Amino acid sequence: MSTAPATIDGPLLTADGVPLKESLQKSLRRSRLRAVLLVAPPLLFLIFVFVIPIGNMLTRSVDDNLINDVLPQTFEVFESWDKKSEPSEAMFEAFYNDLKAAERTDIGKASVRMNYALPGWRSLIKITARKIKRMNPPYKEAFVAADDRWLEMDYWKSLGIMKDRFTLGYYWNAIDRTYDFDKNVIMQDEERRVYNLLWWRTIKVSIIVTLACLLLAYPVAYLLATLPMRIANLLMICVLMPFWTSLLVRIVAWMIMLQQNGVVNDTLVAAGILSDENRLAMMYNFNGTIIVMTQILLPFMILPIYSVMKTIPPSYMKAAQNLGATPTLAFIRVYMPQTIPGIGAGCILVFIVAIGYYITPELVGGKDGRLIGNMVAYHMQRSLNWGLAAAMGTILLILILLMYWVYDKIIGIDNMKMG
Amino acid sequence: MALPIYTTPGQRLWHYTYLTFCGFVLFFLVAPLVAVIPLSFTSTPFLNFTPEMLALDPDAFSIRWYKALFGICSAVDDSASTMCHNKWMTGAGRSLYYAVISTVLATFLGTLAALGLSNEHMPAKRAIMALMISPLIVPLIITAAGMAFFFARVNLSNTDAGIILAYTILGMPFVVITVTSTLVGFDRSLMRAGANLGGTPAYNFFKIQMPLIAPGMISGALFAFITAFDEIVIILFIGGPDQHTLPRQMWSGIRQEISPTILSAATILVLFSVLLLTTLELLRRRSERIRGITPH
Repeated sequence: MSTAPATIDGPLLTADGVPLKESLQKSLRRSRLRAVLLVAPPLLFLIFVFVIPIGNMLTRSVDDNLINDVLPQTFEVFESWDKKSEPSEAMFEAFYNDLKAAERTDIGKASVRMNYALPGWRSLIKITARKIKRMNPPYKEAFVAADDRWLEMDYWKSLGIMKDRFTLGYYWNAIDRTYDFDKNVIMQDEERRVYNLLWWRTIKVSIIVTLACLLLAYPVAYLLATLPMRIANLLMICVLMPFWTSLLVRIVAWMIMLQQNGVVNDTLVAAGILSDENRLAMMYNFNGTIIVMTQILLPFMILPIYSVMKTIPPSYMKAAQNLGATPTLAFIRVYMPQTIPGIGAGCILVFIVAIGYYITPELVGGKDGRLIGNMVAYHMQRSLNWGLAAAMGTILLILILLMYWVYDKIIGIDNMKMG
Repeated sequence: MALPIYTTPGQRLWHYTYLTFCGFVLFFLVAPLVAVIPLSFTSTPFLNFTPEMLALDPDAFSIRWYKALFGICSAVDDSASTMCHNKWMTGAGRSLYYAVISTVLATFLGTLAALGLSNEHMPAKRAIMALMISPLIVPLIITAAGMAFFFARVNLSNTDAGIILAYTILGMPFVVITVTSTLVGFDRSLMRAGANLGGTPAYNFFKIQMPLIAPGMISGALFAFITAFDEIVIILFIGGPDQHTLPRQMWSGIRQEISPTILSAATILVLFSVLLLTTLELLRRRSERIRGITPH
């Protein structure tokens, strides 16, 4: 007991003589290290298989390296050209040297890229490359002999669009704009404008689907939240069953319902509401996309609203009515404001999922139900204009991440619940 | 929802309108799936209800499309009996193979991440959590496009390994979410008590923590499994002809040779989803019971 005052003067020690502060810090460090080591493998896996591939694809949207690697001399000579006088022999010679030096497959890829700048390049390059081996100086005559389009100034001028290794051209293309030969942004030709229409349609469909889901989900969520547990659980199965059923199965199911000889039309005809000739077209058009997407995304709206409603004590409504509010007023002024977090979560979730939809519009949308996701797939798989696909994907991704960020700010991703 | 006796006729009318509306919405959710089931027993090669079927004529029903689905070819049309290879069954096998392996990987990796992220000393927790969940948020078409380019470069396109990696990425966020939420109620002093009683960290994990987070792991695994089993976008972009899964068979079934076989497949999948749903509900109840949380 007599030594006690001496120990209080010095730092507080643990049983093994290390200062307590140090010992605590050490255990904290160890705990943090353990957490980092646990997270590291899944995080690295995610970065390598998910983040890097997507980042990589996004760089394609601004990447014009290939063409610059294939035609380095041409672009060098091009810099000194005044774009008014006729192309000089030096320019033709540079082009000849570049074509001769490049790999055959690279020339093919480059010519596809050049075709986006000015349609016609591809065939011009193809014809010229075929005869390149037998060409002799002067190259201007040789080129013109191969194809007299080489005298047209437009082809030469269009090189100006491609001479930088970094391009925003694909982004402009994705919103129906393009570069003129002086790299000014202009509107695309009337008949080639499709993307703005598709962007608006995608946003329109997403908004309509979100609102339709909200309208249908809110009353049902309220019913589920206020019914006794036993019945609510039973009805919950109706909500969760479609959620758990294969997407393609649901689409097939809707085809049966909505097609020309489908259940809905048959029922309406049998009930005498429709005549046999006037069957409704509910499939392979805009309506089809809306109906099917609403049904598919409805559980995403019901579940968050339900889980918020579940936490609201029923006594609030009773108190409001006790204070003289009518049931309607109590519902609007007391109950509804408390459900706003659920509404927000559901709306953002449905909107995010809807805006990137691809399979459903592809199968039931027909021609006027296609969305931007379908265009990305088209350019990936059919037209092989990967730069444009990447640019559209990037715009889509930015839109979604923006909303994801808002969602995180309002609700917090940690609060995301499933099932 | 019995109404109190003092309600006015107006309120009564409103109440029944409301119930009817809810009934309509639930009907809208379930009706298409239910309609598939009787139609899958049609005896015609068409996808609509015939008058005979509505009259419940036994001859209008048959199991021929189920036989076709399971590859019992002789029982189908004689004309079709020469085409005996069955893409439905091999497709289901493929899907099962990818789904099982990717689910195991996703559950393992997702649980690791959830354990690390629920540690209070973990740095940059919010950002990492957001990143781990991002495969759920990024549209599949973008994920698929990115992977298609990347896998082509590292020779993983048209391989089983590539598809399993992709599906693991898709399944992982579900496991992270479900396991994190079971860890919320986890009492850390239990682990300290275990250590105090002489248990090694590994022993304590398997004996104390694992049984408590198991329901979260299993429900996360179920989400991962169903996602992989049902995946169609990525397989269309990175799968070759050898990677012909069940959804791909359904995709080509819808787009080209639409026959009631697809309905019999759909019926089985609907029943499958009911089974999964029941499992999940039982798990949820179990989780609540062992964590001592009673449903309110």
